[in-house]
Amino acid sequence: MLQVNDLHVTVEGKEILKGLTLTINAGEVHAIMGPNGAGKSTLSAVIAGKDGYEVTQGSITFEGQDVLEMEIEERAQAGLLLGFQYPVEIPGVKNIYLLKSALNAQRVARGEGEMPAPEFMKLVKEKLGFMKMDASFLQRAVNEGFSGGEKKRNEILQMLVLQPKLAMLDEIDSGLDIDAMKVVADGVNSLRAEERAILLVTHYQRLLDYIVPDKVHVLVDGRIVKTGDAELAKELEANGYEGIEESVA
Amino acid sequence: MSDTQTFLDTLATRSQQRAGEPTWIAARRQAGAARFDAMGFPTRRDEEWKYTDVRAIAKGNFALADNAEFSQAQAAAITLPLDAYRLTFVDGVFSAALSNVDALPDSVQVMPLSKALTDNHEAVGGPLGRLTGVDFSTFAALNTAFMEEGAVVRIAPGTVVEKPILLQFLSRAGTPVMSHPRILVEAAGRSEATLIEHYVGEADAANFTNVVAELMLDRGAILNHYKLQEAPIGDLHVASIHVEQNRDSRYTSYNLNLGGALVRNDLISDLNGQGAETNFYGLFFGQGRQHVDNHTKVNHNAPLTFSNENYKGILDDRAHGVFNGKVYVKRDSQKIEGFQSNQNLLLSDRAQIDAKPELEIYADDVKCSHGTTTGQLDEDAIYALRTRGIDEATARGLLTLAFAGEVLEKVALDAIAERVELAVAGKLPERFNLAGLVEAAAALND
Repeated sequence: MLQVNDLHVTVEGKEILKGLTLTINAGEVHAIMGPNGAGKSTLSAVIAGKDGYEVTQGSITFEGQDVLEMEIEERAQAGLLLGFQYPVEIPGVKNIYLLKSALNAQRVARGEGEMPAPEFMKLVKEKLGFMKMDASFLQRAVNEGFSGGEKKRNEILQMLVLQPKLAMLDEIDSGLDIDAMKVVADGVNSLRAEERAILLVTHYQRLLDYIVPDKVHVLVDGRIVKTGDAELAKELEANGYEGIEESVA
Repeated sequence: MSDTQTFLDTLATRSQQRAGEPTWIAARRQAGAARFDAMGFPTRRDEEWKYTDVRAIAKGNFALADNAEFSQAQAAAITLPLDAYRLTFVDGVFSAALSNVDALPDSVQVMPLSKALTDNHEAVGGPLGRLTGVDFSTFAALNTAFMEEGAVVRIAPGTVVEKPILLQFLSRAGTPVMSHPRILVEAAGRSEATLIEHYVGEADAANFTNVVAELMLDRGAILNHYKLQEAPIGDLHVASIHVEQNRDSRYTSYNLNLGGALVRNDLISDLNGQGAETNFYGLFFGQGRQHVDNHTKVNHNAPLTFSNENYKGILDDRAHGVFNGKVYVKRDSQKIEGFQSNQNLLLSDRAQIDAKPELEIYADDVKCSHGTTTGQLDEDAIYALRTRGIDEATARGLLTLAFAGEVLEKVALDAIAERVELAVAGKLPERFNLAGLVEAAAALND
């Protein structure tokens, strides 16, 4: 589904990713772990298309398409969706507008018609219920004045409504208490499907107790230095990244 | 021929005292005409008119409408669907057929000025022109010269008027006409009411409306005043609104301007008694070559008075906006608070805004602030929306709507908030057009 090959990325002249290679297949849940500054967030930002990241070498393909040639919105319409570590507050833009415009943009891009209003409302209400969110929330501005936990729930809600093919979640667990983390994890787990893949970027193993990955990659200094199964995350929790970094050096 | 002469010639065709009118009205009209002639139309050399060129009015030749014909169906299609006490004026002429003030309680009077001048002239003779004298401006003098129609609203002490009072002014296509509506509101002590002025009309109209509103709030009175200006795109619109506030009264203005080729609003509140509070919320959206000028002034004439102002402008194409907001604090009016904010969003390189906040303070124990910003849309928010699959044009449209939203969320009347939201969405450049989205979202709430 997603192939990242020998990716080199510089930000403001500094090389952050130094030859990262990663393959994600449909049906898989991957976790990328690593110390601060290793380049975890850079990877998801480059895949989503954020400005300011220069790809100097390598490629990213998604279902055979060259991601780096696609507009930001085309990536999302194709099914590549990023859940932000720090969701942006958008004063005045109601959640309902965001959800409806986003869903319809995706449907129109796929050649489907816009979803009829009653069907849309039914879908949104069901997903709101799943995320334990109140319907009044739809009339609130996107993330404005939301607590950290509400912002993260909102990211997952968008995923549940938009049903991406590849959901990338950047530090989705940061700032969550244990109850909120369970709700968020339930939301992510409900996305697990044969035709879908999930990429978790996280600093802590804690999240992976709730969302058990098929593969764990350790990202250190711009490269994936080790890949294993869920057990690898537990080793990291016990021994830290230092052991890994030493073994690489 | 001078510019004023065209108007005076038209005036000469009207009788100075109509049947049943009191004798004083002729003298008032003549005084207005004389002052108008003496002052002449302002030019851009006048400080108050530095950014607004009124030649489109001065050089115009406007007749006076002689009837109020307008079909019920057409009116229903463009007016606000509100349960309200309603007076309708068509090109300035009162339409009984399109009005309904039945079921008004005895403690509230809502009547056309023409009726007040014949039936109740003792009551209106004093207040009429007390706040807006002929010296205020050329346009106030001109309005006085032609003063014959408009609305008189009088609310008895302690009365809470449950339904809004809606004054709607419809502008017809055809030979350009002018109208000079006069609005007089006397809100007695502790009364509470909502007043709506609504300007709307036929798309091809090109008329000149020159309205004067005098609003008097006695002790503890509350008046929520909506002005929804959706005049046809060829209309010329000048308004002078004076508010007088006694002790503990609260006035809130929602000045929403979407229409008109040339628009000038002067809004002035005099806070004359302790505890008086005034709130000015404004939104203007200009596109094409629209020119929208808002001049506001708050006079803190008494200590312990409060003002709060938030004006937002959205300008596209070659539209030109003007915001001039003054806060004046009279000598030794201590413990006052005056806050003012003006934010403008320019959607095109050729759109223009002249923003001038002014503070004039002659007391030392006051809390005042003002700020004005002009900018473009937030690029981080555009990125965030695009990562959800929303194309850039739609993202910009959503954010423009959101910019207006900060003022619209203050609007307590949903029918007006939704109407303006829809109008803003629909007036966005075609590729930003979100009218369908707003309608669908509104339907979802039902």
